[in-house]
Amino acid sequence: MLSAEGLTYAFGPVRALDGISFRLEAGHTLAVFGPNGAGKTTLLRVLAGQLRPQRGCAEVRGGRAAIGWISHQSFLYGHLTVIENLRFWASLYGVKREARDRRAAELLARLGLVERADQPVAALSRGLAQRATIARALMHDPAVLLLDEPFTGLDLAAAAELRRLLAELVGAGRVAVITTHNVDEGLELATDIAFQHRGRFVQLAPRAGRDRAQVADAYRKAVGVSGA
Amino acid sequence: MLERLKLAWVVARKDLLLEFRTRTAILSAVVFTALVLTVFNFGRDPTAVPTIDLAPSILWVTFTFAAMLALNRAFALELENHALEGLLVSPLSRTSLYWGKLIANLLFVTIVEAVGLPLFVLFFDVPVWHVLLPLVGVIALATVGFVAVGTLFSAMVIRTRFAELMLPVLLLPFLIPPLVGAVQVTARLLSGRPASEVVGWLRLLGAYDIVFVTLSTLLFPHTVDE
Amino acid sequence: MTLAQKGRWTTLVGLVLLAAVYVRALAFTPIERTQGPAQKIYYIHVPAAIWTETAMILVGVASIFFLFLKDARLDSFAEASAEVGTAFATIVLTTGPIWGKPIWGTWWTWDARLTSTLFLFFLYIGYLLLRGAVADPGARARYAAVLGICGMVLVPFIHFSVYLFRTLHPMPIILKPSAPALPGSMLATWSVSFAVFTVLYVGFVMQRYALARARQEVPHA
Repeated sequence: MLSAEGLTYAFGPVRALDGISFRLEAGHTLAVFGPNGAGKTTLLRVLAGQLRPQRGCAEVRGGRAAIGWISHQSFLYGHLTVIENLRFWASLYGVKREARDRRAAELLARLGLVERADQPVAALSRGLAQRATIARALMHDPAVLLLDEPFTGLDLAAAAELRRLLAELVGAGRVAVITTHNVDEGLELATDIAFQHRGRFVQLAPRAGRDRAQVADAYRKAVGVSGA
Repeated sequence: MLERLKLAWVVARKDLLLEFRTRTAILSAVVFTALVLTVFNFGRDPTAVPTIDLAPSILWVTFTFAAMLALNRAFALELENHALEGLLVSPLSRTSLYWGKLIANLLFVTIVEAVGLPLFVLFFDVPVWHVLLPLVGVIALATVGFVAVGTLFSAMVIRTRFAELMLPVLLLPFLIPPLVGAVQVTARLLSGRPASEVVGWLRLLGAYDIVFVTLSTLLFPHTVDE
Repeated sequence: MTLAQKGRWTTLVGLVLLAAVYVRALAFTPIERTQGPAQKIYYIHVPAAIWTETAMILVGVASIFFLFLKDARLDSFAEASAEVGTAFATIVLTTGPIWGKPIWGTWWTWDARLTSTLFLFFLYIGYLLLRGAVADPGARARYAAVLGICGMVLVPFIHFSVYLFRTLHPMPIILKPSAPALPGSMLATWSVSFAVFTVLYVGFVMQRYALARARQEVPHA
């Protein structure tokens, strides 16, 4: 469903991506751990087709229309209401009007945003805004989820909430790639793990039942930094 | 093609919705237009130079400044919550994005001009009824030209250090052909001169519009993609 | 010899030749009847004007190729050509008034060449300011290329606007020798001067280009 082959992208002399290759089949979630500056966001942007790799290629079945992007940036317009935002973003992804309204109602209910539907996004708390962001990303029922450090800036309660929601979403035939610099975030969701360091995957392996301590240890060895 | 235009309209509608929620930009532009016209009035000596000689320049300088205000906000809107990144990750074609911004900017500037023109007629006592239709035509022709280039440039300047200053500096050389043409045609219309004199200028305006709208559409992806 | 050294030699040769042209212009070329000695500035003014416009067109062409090929050398060339073009535009805009004052009595006239060069000057300044205001080198090159192409396309519109303006507002008749109508020895001086300016353009661009390339090699601080 998602494949990358020899991805290389450099910003001037800095190689953010240096020959990254992997494949993900449906139902798999790849957690990419790496320190800041390792090139994780660049990887996601190349997968999403927003950056063209200087070498290598990435393929996502269904193209951009099949991708749902969630990051700590909400992409929501503060002065528009939640429902207006959802409608706008859905139209960009080609969701037809009747399907749009139905899906919006569904997602709002599932994410507990029904009473807030007509409020401007700027009036929402950080946690609620994050839920609205997830709704935005799911309006077109994407088969691929790209999550760029989604836990940044969330307090413990909101982070737990997000973890619960993501657990529902991933699997179920979807493919997801989640990047983070913190081993605690996203570990339970992952079926595969990669450590990204200086543009390369230092280790790429199925998670295979390893617990947090083992992964943190392997991360430390691979990347040379603390994983906590 | 039709799909692209439809999506462009979705983008434009979102911009206009945002604009009318906050209303600050449109009100500022309208008030600014009125202020500039007022200042021009106090700056002139009606006994020394007949109004009709200065009128076209006054009108077009006013419209240009007001358009700058509109253009500055076009991509600034997308900086909030990094919405621009979201637009670029979505399947929205770059052409639809550019056209959407262009349409929203054109509507914005048209509203300002629709307020500015009657004010201008009022303040300077300039008779325009007999040439209203051709005058509106010229205004439309010139506006399309500089808004097209301005929309392209505004996408670039948001990433620079002094965005509000950079845009006029970059844009002004490009405004000169449509502006000079518009002023010349306006002057001839207002003074009742025969239309044959302005054919050259109208051709210039038309050619400018076609060339720069096309060029801006083609170049826009390079301002947002890497 | 490195490119910068070659550039320096070329410029040096150009400057020496320019001095030679001037000796020829002042001492050995006849004085123009109606304008007097001030007309001799024409030998610098016009070639500089031609090259400032050509430099802008070259910026545009290099920018088009850059957007297709993404080769940083094309961007460096565009940057170099723009800076040299700005310098030449400054020469035109300063020699113009120096020429104009004794002949027409005013420092500035809106004649075709000065007006077009003034617009080109603004274009160049905008281009250089944009380059200076963008921090990210990739974005800088792309934005500069976009602006460069727009600038190149604008040049014919500038000419057309100026032409239309002048046909409707005829300037007082000024006896300015136009190139083909120059009598023999004046034409020779003019042609040599044009060739010299070509050499100067090439020399300056070589130096500037070498500098731009050297800057790119320095790793990010």
